[in-house]
Amino acid sequence: MTAPGATQISLPARVKLAMFVRMLAVQGSWNYETLLGTGIGFAMEPALRSLPGGVDGPQYLSALARESRYFNAHPYLTGVAIGALTRAELEGVDPARIERFRSALAGPLGSVGDRLVWASWLPFCSVVALGVFGAGASALAVVGTFLLLYNAGHLLLRAWGLHIGLSRGLNVASALGNPVFRQGPQYIGSAAALVAGIALPVALQRVVGPGRVFAGEIVGAALLGILLLARLRERAEGWRIALGVLAVFVLYSVLT
Amino acid sequence: MNILQALPLAFLGGLLGLDVVSFPQAMVSRPIVASTLAGTFIGHSESGLLIGIVLELIALDTLPFGASRYPEWGSAGVVGGALFSAQAHGMPGALPASILAALLTASISGWSMVVLRRIIAGRLEKSRDRIEDGSRDALLSLHLSGLTLDLLRGALVTTIAMLIFSPLVGAIVAVWGSESDYSRAVVVVVAATVAGGALWKVFHSVRHVIWFFVGGLIVSAALLRVL
Repeated sequence: MTAPGATQISLPARVKLAMFVRMLAVQGSWNYETLLGTGIGFAMEPALRSLPGGVDGPQYLSALARESRYFNAHPYLTGVAIGALTRAELEGVDPARIERFRSALAGPLGSVGDRLVWASWLPFCSVVALGVFGAGASALAVVGTFLLLYNAGHLLLRAWGLHIGLSRGLNVASALGNPVFRQGPQYIGSAAALVAGIALPVALQRVVGPGRVFAGEIVGAALLGILLLARLRERAEGWRIALGVLAVFVLYSVLT
Repeated sequence: MNILQALPLAFLGGLLGLDVVSFPQAMVSRPIVASTLAGTFIGHSESGLLIGIVLELIALDTLPFGASRYPEWGSAGVVGGALFSAQAHGMPGALPASILAALLTASISGWSMVVLRRIIAGRLEKSRDRIEDGSRDALLSLHLSGLTLDLLRGALVTTIAMLIFSPLVGAIVAVWGSESDYSRAVVVVVAATVAGGALWKVFHSVRHVIWFFVGGLIVSAALLRVL
Protein backbone atom coordinates (compact mmCIF):
# COMPACT_ATOMS: atom_id res chain seq x y z
CA MET A 1 0.00 0.00 0.00
CA THR A 2 3.06 2.29 -0.21
CA ALA A 3 2.98 5.07 -2.81
CA PRO A 4 5.54 4.95 -5.61
CA GLY A 5 8.45 7.19 -4.84
CA ALA A 6 7.73 7.34 -1.13
CA THR A 7 10.87 7.24 0.98
CA GLN A 8 11.43 6.26 4.59
CA ILE A 9 13.35 8.64 6.82
CA SER A 10 16.34 6.95 8.39
CA LEU A 11 15.30 6.05 11.92
CA PRO A 12 17.03 3.15 13.69
CA ALA A 13 14.88 0.01 13.99
CA ARG A 14 14.93 0.22 17.80
CA VAL A 15 13.44 3.75 17.63
CA LYS A 16 10.65 2.59 15.30
CA LEU A 17 10.02 -0.36 17.66
CA ALA A 18 9.87 2.00 20.65
CA MET A 19 7.41 4.22 18.78
CA PHE A 20 5.26 1.20 17.89
CA VAL A 21 5.17 -0.08 21.49
CA ARG A 22 4.35 3.41 22.80
CA MET A 23 1.64 3.67 20.16
CA LEU A 24 -0.12 0.73 21.84
CA ALA A 25 -0.42 2.99 24.91
CA VAL A 26 -1.33 6.13 22.96
CA GLN A 27 -4.53 6.57 25.03
CA GLY A 28 -2.77 6.11 28.39
CA SER A 29 -3.39 9.73 29.40
CA TRP A 30 -6.68 10.22 27.48
CA ASN A 31 -8.59 13.11 29.01
CA TYR A 32 -11.37 15.56 28.15
CA GLU A 33 -8.91 18.45 27.60
CA THR A 34 -6.40 17.20 25.03
CA LEU A 35 -8.06 13.84 24.21
CA LEU A 36 -5.13 11.68 23.02
CA GLY A 37 -2.79 14.61 22.26
CA THR A 38 -0.38 13.85 25.08
CA GLY A 39 -0.27 10.25 23.82
CA ILE A 40 0.89 11.49 20.41
CA GLY A 41 3.78 13.34 22.06
CA PHE A 42 4.55 10.27 24.17
CA ALA A 43 4.72 8.00 21.10
CA MET A 44 6.81 10.43 19.01
CA GLU A 45 9.29 11.22 21.78
CA PRO A 46 11.88 8.49 20.99
CA ALA A 47 12.22 9.82 17.42
CA LEU A 48 12.36 13.48 18.45
CA ARG A 49 15.52 12.77 20.47
CA SER A 50 17.44 12.71 17.19
CA LEU A 51 16.66 16.40 16.53
CA PRO A 52 19.73 18.68 16.67
CA GLY A 53 20.74 19.35 20.30
CA GLY A 54 19.09 16.19 21.66
CA VAL A 55 16.61 16.23 24.53
CA ASP A 56 17.86 19.59 25.81
CA GLY A 57 17.84 21.30 22.42
CA PRO A 58 15.25 23.97 21.59
CA GLN A 59 13.98 22.01 18.57
CA TYR A 60 13.23 18.95 20.71
CA LEU A 61 11.48 21.03 23.38
CA SER A 62 9.30 22.95 20.94
CA ALA A 63 8.46 19.83 18.92
CA LEU A 64 7.47 17.82 22.01
CA ALA A 65 5.32 20.68 23.30
CA ARG A 66 3.64 21.12 19.91
CA GLU A 67 2.91 17.42 19.44
CA SER A 68 1.46 16.99 22.95
CA ARG A 69 -1.41 19.41 22.33
CA TYR A 70 -5.02 18.49 21.55
CA PHE A 71 -5.44 15.71 19.02
CA ASN A 72 -8.12 13.18 18.24
CA ALA A 73 -8.13 10.10 16.03
CA HIS A 74 -9.02 6.45 16.08
CA PRO A 75 -6.28 4.89 18.27
CA TYR A 76 -5.34 2.27 15.67
CA LEU A 77 -4.81 4.95 13.01
CA THR A 78 -2.75 7.30 15.18
CA GLY A 79 0.30 5.69 13.57
CA VAL A 80 -0.48 7.61 10.39
CA ALA A 81 -0.34 10.90 12.32
CA ILE A 82 2.62 9.86 14.48
CA GLY A 83 4.67 8.80 11.45
CA ALA A 84 3.76 11.84 9.36
CA LEU A 85 4.34 14.33 12.17
CA THR A 86 7.64 12.67 13.11
CA ARG A 87 8.86 13.03 9.57
CA ALA A 88 7.71 16.63 9.40
CA GLU A 89 9.47 17.51 12.66
CA LEU A 90 12.70 15.76 11.66
CA GLU A 91 12.67 17.49 8.28
CA GLY A 92 12.19 20.88 9.95
CA VAL A 93 8.82 21.71 8.36
CA ASP A 94 7.38 25.10 9.33
CA PRO A 95 5.54 24.73 12.71
CA ALA A 96 2.50 26.63 11.40
CA ARG A 97 2.14 24.09 8.60
CA ILE A 98 2.46 21.23 11.09
CA GLU A 99 -0.31 22.77 13.22
CA ARG A 100 -2.60 23.06 10.19
CA PHE A 101 -1.83 19.47 9.23
CA ARG A 102 -2.66 18.21 12.75
CA SER A 103 -6.02 20.00 12.68
CA ALA A 104 -6.89 18.69 9.22
CA LEU A 105 -5.91 15.08 9.88
CA ALA A 106 -7.71 14.51 13.19
CA GLY A 107 -11.28 14.25 11.84
CA PRO A 108 -10.68 11.78 8.99
CA LEU A 109 -8.50 9.51 11.15
CA GLY A 110 -11.34 9.30 13.66
CA SER A 111 -14.24 8.64 11.32
CA VAL A 112 -12.38 6.24 9.00
CA GLY A 113 -11.10 4.20 11.96
CA ASP A 114 -14.46 4.11 13.72
CA ARG A 115 -16.20 2.79 10.59
CA LEU A 116 -13.52 0.23 9.78
CA VAL A 117 -12.63 -1.05 13.25
CA TRP A 118 -15.38 -0.44 15.80
CA ALA A 119 -18.33 -0.70 13.43
CA SER A 120 -16.97 -3.49 11.19
CA TRP A 121 -13.92 -5.47 12.21
CA LEU A 122 -14.72 -5.89 15.91
CA PRO A 123 -18.34 -7.09 15.47
CA PHE A 124 -17.21 -9.34 12.60
CA CYS A 125 -14.57 -11.02 14.79
CA SER A 126 -17.11 -11.37 17.62
CA VAL A 127 -19.65 -13.17 15.44
CA VAL A 128 -16.93 -15.43 14.00
CA ALA A 129 -15.97 -16.42 17.58
CA LEU A 130 -19.65 -16.99 18.40
CA GLY A 131 -19.84 -19.31 15.40
CA VAL A 132 -16.77 -21.24 16.57
CA PHE A 133 -18.46 -21.59 19.97
CA GLY A 134 -21.68 -22.77 18.34
CA ALA A 135 -19.74 -25.40 16.42
CA GLY A 136 -18.81 -26.95 19.77
CA ALA A 137 -15.22 -25.76 20.04
CA SER A 138 -13.30 -25.61 23.33
CA ALA A 139 -12.74 -22.43 25.33
CA LEU A 140 -9.16 -22.20 24.04
CA ALA A 141 -10.27 -22.51 20.41
CA VAL A 142 -13.00 -19.85 20.77
CA VAL A 143 -10.80 -17.33 22.57
CA GLY A 144 -7.79 -18.13 20.36
CA THR A 145 -9.79 -17.64 17.17
CA PHE A 146 -11.13 -14.29 18.36
CA LEU A 147 -7.80 -12.91 19.56
CA LEU A 148 -5.74 -14.12 16.57
CA LEU A 149 -8.24 -12.91 13.99
CA TYR A 150 -8.90 -9.57 15.64
CA ASN A 151 -5.28 -8.75 16.38
CA ALA A 152 -4.07 -9.75 12.92
CA GLY A 153 -6.13 -6.81 11.63
CA HIS A 154 -5.39 -4.59 14.63
CA LEU A 155 -1.59 -4.88 14.59
CA LEU A 156 -1.40 -4.79 10.79
CA LEU A 157 -3.36 -1.53 10.75
CA ARG A 158 -1.17 0.07 13.40
CA ALA A 159 2.06 -1.04 11.65
CA TRP A 160 0.77 0.11 8.25
CA GLY A 161 -0.18 3.49 9.70
CA LEU A 162 3.26 4.14 11.15
CA HIS A 163 4.97 2.94 7.96
CA ILE A 164 2.83 5.06 5.64
CA GLY A 165 3.18 8.09 7.88
CA LEU A 166 6.97 7.86 7.99
CA SER A 167 7.06 7.23 4.22
CA ARG A 168 4.81 10.05 3.04
CA GLY A 169 5.09 12.67 5.73
CA LEU A 170 2.56 15.47 5.27
CA ASN A 171 1.42 13.94 1.95
CA VAL A 172 -0.30 11.13 3.80
CA ALA A 173 -3.90 12.22 3.15
CA SER A 174 -4.19 10.22 -0.08
CA ALA A 175 -3.46 7.01 1.86
CA LEU A 176 -6.82 7.40 3.57
CA GLY A 177 -8.46 7.00 0.17
CA ASN A 178 -7.16 3.42 0.13
CA PRO A 179 -9.86 0.92 -1.02
CA VAL A 180 -9.57 -0.85 2.34
CA PHE A 181 -10.97 2.24 4.05
CA ARG A 182 -13.54 3.10 1.37
CA GLN A 183 -14.88 -0.38 0.59
CA GLY A 184 -13.71 -2.35 3.65
CA PRO A 185 -16.66 -1.56 5.95
CA GLN A 186 -19.09 -2.55 3.18
CA TYR A 187 -17.44 -5.93 2.53
CA ILE A 188 -16.81 -6.68 6.20
CA GLY A 189 -20.41 -5.71 6.98
CA SER A 190 -21.75 -8.11 4.35
CA ALA A 191 -19.51 -10.90 5.66
CA ALA A 192 -20.51 -10.13 9.26
CA ALA A 193 -24.23 -10.32 8.38
CA LEU A 194 -23.72 -13.71 6.69
CA VAL A 195 -21.64 -15.07 9.58
CA ALA A 196 -24.10 -13.65 12.14
CA GLY A 197 -26.95 -15.47 10.40
CA ILE A 198 -25.02 -18.71 10.78
CA ALA A 199 -23.43 -18.08 14.17
CA LEU A 200 -26.21 -16.62 16.32
CA PRO A 201 -28.62 -19.60 16.15
CA VAL A 202 -25.92 -22.24 16.66
CA ALA A 203 -24.30 -20.29 19.52
CA LEU A 204 -27.64 -19.71 21.23
CA GLN A 205 -28.54 -23.36 20.75
CA ARG A 206 -25.39 -24.32 22.66
CA VAL A 207 -26.20 -21.82 25.43
CA VAL A 208 -29.74 -23.23 25.75
CA GLY A 209 -28.24 -26.68 26.12
CA PRO A 210 -29.47 -30.16 25.33
CA GLY A 211 -33.20 -30.70 24.77
CA ARG A 212 -33.76 -27.27 23.12
CA VAL A 213 -36.56 -26.53 25.59
CA PHE A 214 -38.75 -23.52 24.65
CA ALA A 215 -36.97 -23.34 21.24
CA GLY A 216 -40.04 -21.96 19.45
CA GLU A 217 -40.83 -19.45 22.20
CA ILE A 218 -37.19 -18.29 22.32
CA VAL A 219 -37.04 -17.69 18.55
CA GLY A 220 -40.39 -15.88 18.56
CA ALA A 221 -39.60 -13.66 21.55
CA ALA A 222 -36.11 -12.85 20.26
CA LEU A 223 -37.41 -11.90 16.80
CA LEU A 224 -40.03 -9.65 18.37
CA GLY A 225 -37.39 -8.00 20.56
CA ILE A 226 -34.99 -7.51 17.64
CA LEU A 227 -37.72 -5.89 15.54
CA LEU A 228 -38.54 -3.54 18.41
CA LEU A 229 -34.87 -2.60 18.97
CA ALA A 230 -34.31 -2.18 15.22
CA ARG A 231 -37.21 0.28 15.08
CA LEU A 232 -35.92 2.22 18.08
CA ARG A 233 -32.30 2.13 16.76
CA GLU A 234 -30.32 5.00 18.39
CA ARG A 235 -33.10 5.83 20.85
CA ALA A 236 -32.65 2.63 22.86
CA GLU A 237 -29.56 1.13 24.45
CA GLY A 238 -29.97 -2.63 24.31
CA TRP A 239 -27.58 -3.37 27.17
CA ARG A 240 -29.56 -1.09 29.51
CA ILE A 241 -32.77 -2.87 28.52
CA ALA A 242 -31.02 -6.19 29.24
CA LEU A 243 -29.98 -4.87 32.64
CA GLY A 244 -33.54 -3.83 33.44
CA VAL A 245 -35.19 -7.04 32.24
CA LEU A 246 -32.70 -9.24 34.11
CA ALA A 247 -33.08 -7.17 37.30
CA VAL A 248 -36.87 -7.66 37.19
CA PHE A 249 -36.48 -11.38 36.41
CA VAL A 250 -34.00 -11.94 39.25
CA LEU A 251 -36.29 -10.10 41.66
CA TYR A 252 -39.27 -12.17 40.49
CA SER A 253 -37.32 -15.43 40.83
CA VAL A 254 -36.15 -14.56 44.33
CA LEU A 255 -39.59 -13.54 45.56
CA THR A 256 -41.48 -16.53 44.17
CA MET B 1 -14.96 -14.59 49.14
CA ASN B 2 -12.47 -12.72 51.29
CA ILE B 3 -10.01 -10.04 50.24
CA LEU B 4 -7.13 -12.53 49.80
CA GLN B 5 -9.18 -14.67 47.42
CA ALA B 6 -10.26 -11.57 45.51
CA LEU B 7 -6.73 -10.23 45.02
CA PRO B 8 -5.65 -12.45 42.07
CA LEU B 9 -8.95 -11.69 40.35
CA ALA B 10 -8.41 -8.01 41.08
CA PHE B 11 -5.06 -8.17 39.30
CA LEU B 12 -6.70 -9.85 36.30
CA GLY B 13 -9.52 -7.28 36.36
CA GLY B 14 -6.94 -4.48 36.49
CA LEU B 15 -5.00 -5.81 33.51
CA LEU B 16 -8.10 -6.38 31.42
CA GLY B 17 -9.59 -3.04 32.49
CA LEU B 18 -6.37 -1.42 31.24
CA ASP B 19 -6.86 -3.05 27.84
CA VAL B 20 -10.22 -1.37 27.26
CA VAL B 21 -8.71 2.03 26.42
CA SER B 22 -5.18 2.53 27.73
CA PHE B 23 -2.99 -0.41 26.74
CA PRO B 24 -2.88 -2.28 24.33
CA GLN B 25 -6.53 -2.40 23.17
CA ALA B 26 -6.00 -5.95 21.91
CA MET B 27 -9.57 -6.76 23.00
CA VAL B 28 -8.53 -9.21 25.70
CA SER B 29 -11.03 -7.07 27.61
CA ARG B 30 -13.97 -8.34 25.55
CA PRO B 31 -16.23 -10.51 27.74
CA ILE B 32 -15.68 -13.57 25.53
CA VAL B 33 -12.01 -13.46 26.62
CA ALA B 34 -12.24 -11.85 30.07
CA SER B 35 -14.93 -14.18 31.44
CA THR B 36 -13.21 -17.26 30.03
CA LEU B 37 -9.93 -16.23 31.65
CA ALA B 38 -11.69 -15.64 34.98
CA GLY B 39 -13.46 -19.01 34.70
CA THR B 40 -10.12 -20.68 33.99
CA PHE B 41 -8.74 -18.90 37.05
CA ILE B 42 -11.51 -20.43 39.18
CA GLY B 43 -10.97 -23.82 37.53
CA HIS B 44 -14.00 -23.92 35.20
CA SER B 45 -13.04 -22.48 31.83
CA GLU B 46 -16.19 -23.82 30.11
CA SER B 47 -18.43 -22.00 32.60
CA GLY B 48 -16.41 -18.84 32.02
CA LEU B 49 -16.82 -19.28 28.28
CA LEU B 50 -20.58 -19.78 28.57
CA ILE B 51 -21.21 -16.53 30.45
CA GLY B 52 -18.59 -14.84 28.27
CA ILE B 53 -20.62 -15.71 25.17
CA VAL B 54 -23.82 -14.29 26.68
CA LEU B 55 -22.05 -11.10 27.79
CA GLU B 56 -20.35 -10.79 24.38
CA LEU B 57 -23.76 -10.85 22.71
CA ILE B 58 -24.89 -8.02 24.98
CA ALA B 59 -21.57 -6.16 24.55
CA LEU B 60 -22.13 -5.99 20.78
CA ASP B 61 -24.48 -3.12 21.63
CA THR B 62 -21.71 -0.99 23.14
CA LEU B 63 -18.83 -0.35 20.77
CA PRO B 64 -16.16 2.03 22.10
CA PHE B 65 -16.69 5.01 19.79
CA GLY B 66 -14.44 7.99 20.56
CA ALA B 67 -15.25 9.98 23.65
CA SER B 68 -18.68 8.39 24.16
CA ARG B 69 -19.49 6.89 27.54
CA TYR B 70 -19.79 3.11 27.46
CA PRO B 71 -19.74 0.17 29.89
CA GLU B 72 -16.31 -1.22 30.76
CA TRP B 73 -16.34 -4.92 29.91
CA GLY B 74 -12.80 -5.94 31.00
CA SER B 75 -13.35 -5.87 34.76
CA ALA B 76 -17.03 -6.75 34.35
CA GLY B 77 -16.16 -9.83 32.28
CA VAL B 78 -13.81 -11.00 35.02
CA VAL B 79 -16.47 -10.46 37.71
CA GLY B 80 -19.17 -12.28 35.70
CA GLY B 81 -16.86 -15.17 34.76
CA ALA B 82 -15.61 -15.64 38.32
CA LEU B 83 -19.08 -15.43 39.90
CA PHE B 84 -20.70 -17.91 37.51
CA SER B 85 -17.78 -20.35 37.60
CA ALA B 86 -17.82 -20.36 41.41
CA GLN B 87 -21.45 -21.59 41.56
CA ALA B 88 -22.29 -25.27 41.74
CA HIS B 89 -23.00 -26.75 38.29
CA GLY B 90 -26.65 -26.76 37.22
CA MET B 91 -27.97 -24.12 39.63
CA PRO B 92 -30.78 -22.37 37.70
CA GLY B 93 -30.24 -18.89 39.12
CA ALA B 94 -26.46 -18.82 38.64
CA LEU B 95 -26.39 -17.52 35.06
CA PRO B 96 -29.03 -14.75 35.32
CA ALA B 97 -27.71 -13.52 38.68
CA SER B 98 -24.06 -13.53 37.49
CA ILE B 99 -24.97 -11.70 34.28
CA LEU B 100 -26.89 -9.08 36.25
CA ALA B 101 -23.85 -8.60 38.53
CA ALA B 102 -21.57 -8.29 35.49
CA LEU B 103 -23.84 -5.72 33.83
CA LEU B 104 -23.98 -3.64 37.00
CA THR B 105 -20.18 -3.84 37.28
CA ALA B 106 -19.80 -2.80 33.63
CA SER B 107 -22.00 0.22 34.22
CA ILE B 108 -20.18 1.34 37.38
CA SER B 109 -16.80 0.65 35.82
CA GLY B 110 -17.75 2.76 32.80
CA TRP B 111 -18.51 5.61 35.17
CA SER B 112 -15.12 5.08 36.89
CA MET B 113 -13.43 5.63 33.50
CA VAL B 114 -15.12 9.03 33.24
CA VAL B 115 -13.84 9.90 36.72
CA LEU B 116 -10.33 8.78 35.75
CA ARG B 117 -10.38 10.96 32.63
CA ARG B 118 -11.31 13.96 34.78
CA ILE B 119 -8.50 13.14 37.22
CA ILE B 120 -6.00 12.97 34.33
CA ALA B 121 -7.31 16.32 33.04
CA GLY B 122 -6.73 17.76 36.53
CA ARG B 123 -3.17 16.44 36.58
CA LEU B 124 -2.63 17.85 33.09
CA GLU B 125 -3.77 21.27 34.29
CA LYS B 126 -1.15 21.17 37.07
CA SER B 127 1.68 20.26 34.69
CA ARG B 128 0.44 22.23 31.68
CA ASP B 129 3.16 24.90 31.83
CA ARG B 130 5.94 22.31 31.96
CA ILE B 131 4.43 20.31 29.09
CA GLU B 132 4.04 23.54 27.08
CA ASP B 133 7.76 24.11 27.67
CA GLY B 134 8.50 20.67 26.20
CA SER B 135 9.34 18.92 29.47
CA ARG B 136 9.92 15.24 28.76
CA ASP B 137 9.67 14.37 32.46
CA ALA B 138 6.30 16.09 32.84
CA LEU B 139 4.88 14.34 29.78
CA LEU B 140 6.17 10.89 30.79
CA SER B 141 4.95 11.40 34.36
CA LEU B 142 1.44 12.34 33.16
CA HIS B 143 1.24 9.46 30.74
CA LEU B 144 2.64 6.75 33.00
CA SER B 145 0.52 7.90 35.95
CA GLY B 146 -2.53 7.71 33.67
CA LEU B 147 -1.70 4.12 32.79
CA THR B 148 -1.03 3.21 36.44
CA LEU B 149 -4.26 4.82 37.65
CA ASP B 150 -6.24 2.95 35.01
CA LEU B 151 -4.70 -0.34 36.15
CA LEU B 152 -5.59 0.47 39.76
CA ARG B 153 -9.09 1.57 38.71
CA GLY B 154 -9.83 -1.79 37.10
CA ALA B 155 -8.38 -3.69 40.06
CA LEU B 156 -10.38 -1.64 42.57
CA VAL B 157 -13.65 -2.04 40.66
CA THR B 158 -13.08 -5.80 40.39
CA THR B 159 -12.26 -6.15 44.11
CA ILE B 160 -15.26 -4.16 45.28
CA ALA B 161 -17.59 -5.91 42.84
CA MET B 162 -16.37 -9.35 43.91
CA LEU B 163 -16.72 -8.51 47.62
CA ILE B 164 -20.29 -7.27 47.11
CA PHE B 165 -21.61 -9.65 44.46
CA SER B 166 -19.98 -12.91 45.57
CA PRO B 167 -22.17 -13.33 48.70
CA LEU B 168 -25.15 -11.67 46.99
CA VAL B 169 -25.15 -14.00 43.97
CA GLY B 170 -24.69 -16.98 46.32
CA ALA B 171 -27.73 -15.88 48.31
CA ILE B 172 -29.83 -15.30 45.18
CA VAL B 173 -28.93 -18.72 43.78
CA ALA B 174 -29.86 -20.37 47.09
CA VAL B 175 -33.44 -19.00 47.08
CA TRP B 176 -34.01 -19.02 43.30
CA GLY B 177 -37.60 -19.92 42.48
CA SER B 178 -37.77 -20.16 38.68
CA GLU B 179 -37.35 -23.37 36.68
CA SER B 180 -33.94 -24.08 35.16
CA ASP B 181 -35.13 -24.24 31.52
CA TYR B 182 -37.22 -21.12 31.95
CA SER B 183 -34.30 -19.21 33.53
CA ARG B 184 -31.95 -20.17 30.71
CA ALA B 185 -34.58 -19.25 28.09
CA VAL B 186 -34.99 -15.73 29.53
CA VAL B 187 -31.21 -15.18 29.39
CA VAL B 188 -31.02 -16.41 25.80
CA VAL B 189 -33.93 -14.24 24.64
CA VAL B 190 -32.41 -11.14 26.26
CA ALA B 191 -28.95 -11.81 24.78
CA ALA B 192 -30.32 -12.65 21.31
CA THR B 193 -32.52 -9.55 21.27
CA VAL B 194 -29.70 -7.20 22.26
CA ALA B 195 -27.24 -8.81 19.81
CA GLY B 196 -29.72 -8.78 16.92
CA GLY B 197 -30.67 -5.16 17.59
CA ALA B 198 -27.01 -4.16 17.91
CA LEU B 199 -25.99 -5.83 14.65
CA TRP B 200 -28.88 -4.17 12.85
CA LYS B 201 -27.87 -0.79 14.32
CA VAL B 202 -24.28 -1.25 13.08
CA PHE B 203 -24.87 -2.89 9.70
CA HIS B 204 -28.29 -1.62 8.52
CA SER B 205 -26.66 0.70 5.97
CA VAL B 206 -24.72 -2.15 4.31
CA ARG B 207 -26.21 -2.98 0.88
CA HIS B 208 -28.38 -6.14 0.80
CA VAL B 209 -27.47 -6.83 4.43
CA ILE B 210 -30.78 -8.50 5.20
CA TRP B 211 -30.22 -11.03 2.40
CA PHE B 212 -26.76 -11.90 3.68
CA PHE B 213 -28.26 -12.45 7.12
CA VAL B 214 -31.13 -14.58 5.76
CA GLY B 215 -28.61 -16.60 3.73
CA GLY B 216 -26.69 -17.24 6.95
CA LEU B 217 -29.89 -18.28 8.74
CA ILE B 218 -30.61 -20.84 6.00
CA VAL B 219 -27.12 -22.31 6.38
CA SER B 220 -27.59 -22.30 10.14
CA ALA B 221 -30.95 -24.12 9.92
CA ALA B 222 -29.28 -26.82 7.82
CA LEU B 223 -26.43 -27.07 10.33
CA LEU B 224 -28.82 -27.37 13.28
CA ARG B 225 -30.55 -30.30 11.59
CA VAL B 226 -27.18 -32.04 11.31
CA LEU B 227 -25.88 -31.16 14.79
